[in-house]
Amino acid sequence: MSGHIASTRIYYWVFAALIIGTVLTYLAALVDFGAFNNVVMLAIALVKASLVILFFMGVRWSSRLTWVVAASGFVWLLILFGITMSDYLSRGWMVGSLR
Amino acid sequence: MPSQSHSEHFPGPIHNPPVIKGEVHKGHGPHAHHPKLQHHFDDMDQQLEASTLGMWVFLVTEIMFFGGLFMAYLMYRWANPTAFQEASAHLDKFWGAVNTIVLIVSSLTMAMAVRSAQTSAKPKTQVMWLVATMFFGTVFLGVKVVEYTDKFTHNLVPGPNFVWTGQYPAGAEIFYSLYFCMTGLHALHMIIGLGMMTVITVMARRGTFDGSYYTPVEVSGLYWHFVDIVWIFLFPLLYLIGAHYGAGH
Amino acid sequence: METVSYLNDGHGIKSWLLTKDHKRIALLYLVSITAFFAIGGLFAMFVRLELLTPAGDLLSSETYNKMFTMHGVVMVFFFLIPSIPAVLGNFLIPIMIGAKDLAFPRINLLSWYIYILGGAFTMTSALSGGVDTGWTFYTPYSTAAANSHVITAALGVFITGFSSILTGLNFIVTIHRMRAPGLTWFRLPLFVWAHYATSLIMILGTPVVAITVLLVAAERVLHMGIFDPSLGGDPVLFQHLFWFYSHPAVYIMILPAMGVVSEIVQAFSRKNIFGYSFIAFSSLAIAVIGFLVWGHHLFVAGQSVYAGLIFSFISFLVAIPSAIKTFNWTATIYKGSISYESPMLYALGFIGLFTIGGLTGLFLSAMGLDIHVHDTYFVVAHFHYIMVGGAIMGYLGGLHYWWPKITGRLYAEGWAKVAAVMVFVGFNLTFFPQFVAGYLGMPRRYHEYPPELQVWNVMSSAGASILAAGYVLPLVYLTYSMFAGEKSAADPWGARGLEWEVPSPPPTSNFAATPIITEGTHQYAPSGEVGVA
Repeated sequence: MSGHIASTRIYYWVFAALIIGTVLTYLAALVDFGAFNNVVMLAIALVKASLVILFFMGVRWSSRLTWVVAASGFVWLLILFGITMSDYLSRGWMVGSLR
Repeated sequence: MPSQSHSEHFPGPIHNPPVIKGEVHKGHGPHAHHPKLQHHFDDMDQQLEASTLGMWVFLVTEIMFFGGLFMAYLMYRWANPTAFQEASAHLDKFWGAVNTIVLIVSSLTMAMAVRSAQTSAKPKTQVMWLVATMFFGTVFLGVKVVEYTDKFTHNLVPGPNFVWTGQYPAGAEIFYSLYFCMTGLHALHMIIGLGMMTVITVMARRGTFDGSYYTPVEVSGLYWHFVDIVWIFLFPLLYLIGAHYGAGH
Repeated sequence: METVSYLNDGHGIKSWLLTKDHKRIALLYLVSITAFFAIGGLFAMFVRLELLTPAGDLLSSETYNKMFTMHGVVMVFFFLIPSIPAVLGNFLIPIMIGAKDLAFPRINLLSWYIYILGGAFTMTSALSGGVDTGWTFYTPYSTAAANSHVITAALGVFITGFSSILTGLNFIVTIHRMRAPGLTWFRLPLFVWAHYATSLIMILGTPVVAITVLLVAAERVLHMGIFDPSLGGDPVLFQHLFWFYSHPAVYIMILPAMGVVSEIVQAFSRKNIFGYSFIAFSSLAIAVIGFLVWGHHLFVAGQSVYAGLIFSFISFLVAIPSAIKTFNWTATIYKGSISYESPMLYALGFIGLFTIGGLTGLFLSAMGLDIHVHDTYFVVAHFHYIMVGGAIMGYLGGLHYWWPKITGRLYAEGWAKVAAVMVFVGFNLTFFPQFVAGYLGMPRRYHEYPPELQVWNVMSSAGASILAAGYVLPLVYLTYSMFAGEKSAADPWGARGLEWEVPSPPPTSNFAATPIITEGTHQYAPSGEVGVA
């Protein structure tokens, strides 16, 4: 039966990275970096999520189809977020208009 | 007796179908009659691949399902940044962090559980990893119960009983609406996950899973990891944005 | 000796309600969506009766609001979205790809039960007083005012969404993983390509409307205000979330019908489709681009002009793949050996009416024009041209084309031609006057209107009665054929495709053994001979 069997070592390394990431994001939140806080927080979260997807969920060793399927979910989220926010962000652009 | 062609315009049925050039009679390989092979599949490999792909497609729907809530969060946070910071500061980030760690551990034990089935480990070992996963999942839910109770007693549940003494009551109420919707939906998914794990654990105890058949463990694992990933985003977005609120802001 | 087909493989109600056979599940869906179509039609009847006269004299405005709301909810969620995929897709896709069943037969059955459960919730909402928010459930009316039946209706839509999701999931996995040996992607029937694209939309879009209607229900039940303006909530956010799905949803409704048309025009022109890969890729293009245009429903809702600009431009773009299909169908028919059996009448009607519907969609995509006709009958006419003139005619055409395969019987072709003509004439009489009335300013969702618009409304209501009769006819002769129709050969039309190489009706496992495919499944002219291959 096919299906890649990962080593336990890689699982423990990923686990350690996830814990470290959690500690880092907690500590970073305590300091006021202004808007940069959001960048740091999201970056760490994205790295953690990627580690889980690639190694715990096995996408690192899966077919390209699996990779495309997983990626498409996030791409579609970006479409929803990006285009909706483009409405809100551009509402105030035209001074003196009805909108 | 079949009728002749339906209309004079058509010459009738094809006598020499051009497409089918041969036939495949499956069922003579070593795994052809694995007791867990569903008969519309050709072999166990196809069954595993199809089931895994199916779970991934389902997880995409879950990404979009939670995604609607994240969209609402994104917009309302952009519109009420300070209100959200103020509201978030009232969440206990210690317990949020504990829960994050708890779920990460449960993801590790889940990965080990899938691996133990893949490597045909003894049922006892498989069950041990699965029970560990369920244990940490339950701990997570226990912490959430504590947190929710705290919110109830402090009138932080949106609705007629919502009381806010800070500067931004309207924004805080929206924040807490999102908090309860997002963590509530997440907790519901955890509960469903625990249900799945119970079923899988019972099956594992009976020795159902080994290297030739571990599909249910694999797809349950995928689901479990997804629920962990949602929390990986929920934790900082809900608990950590107000951590330095008031400090010179 | 009577051969065992899926129809007589197992008797009794349990063998149907607990079936795992995709063909029986398709028939379960056929019966239920026909019932919902009748219910949705009944609500439409009240709308058209009221609009015979300018005064709001038949129904109170509250009742009228409930009529058009329930008409929309039932028709969109319980008829149009499932129809072709759940009936024809379920039945045909495994056979068209040489498989024994879909990838997940039990999930297929589950999707039907979920559909029925969702329908029960929605019917409960209707029977306990009905919802009057419009099928679009706009906030804050739906969350703060309206009546409490919104909760049951919203939950009904939420539940049914999962039926759609599971169907799409099943199709995607099946088409990826269960094609017969040699059946590469570019040998697939265009019906399969259409359903693949449709399934992508179902997967990526439905969950967003699911969470959105759940939030509406949560706001009513738990009083937590996400869309509540008094808290600083934004009702336009609801519209963004709602239309993010509901625009792609219209492509869920039309893509399968386009797949049906691609099959029918080949069979009844005795010619291979012109530009196969263009049609295949255009289906994917419609699915993807269709996700980028939803803001054209928000042009006058308070959305920024700049976002409106982008949405308007992309809405123009999404017409291109549809136009490509229309050109290719026409090129297929051109110089073909054409005959006018009832499926072909429906397909030809589709091509003409979809073109009108699509063109008027382009008009609406222009912001300047949309400001004038938004929320008028112009919009109503536009979407009915696509959904009724397009999708429903595609459904009926497909139902007729594959009826002999599904039931093993031939229907009365003479009556079918009469019905097809009645549907075409009745449809145009119903909806073309609505373009005029809308352009002259008649608002939608009003139970009264200025007297000078009466002539258009009377034409429309008269057309609706002809259309209704045209829909009742197939119900009669198709049902009759199941018991007394002539038995059909495997391939009564002389068509191409794997489904025509199995018996009518097929045995439960479709194929005796897995076929091996060596060329495209649709070869109406042997390679190298006359006709475009």
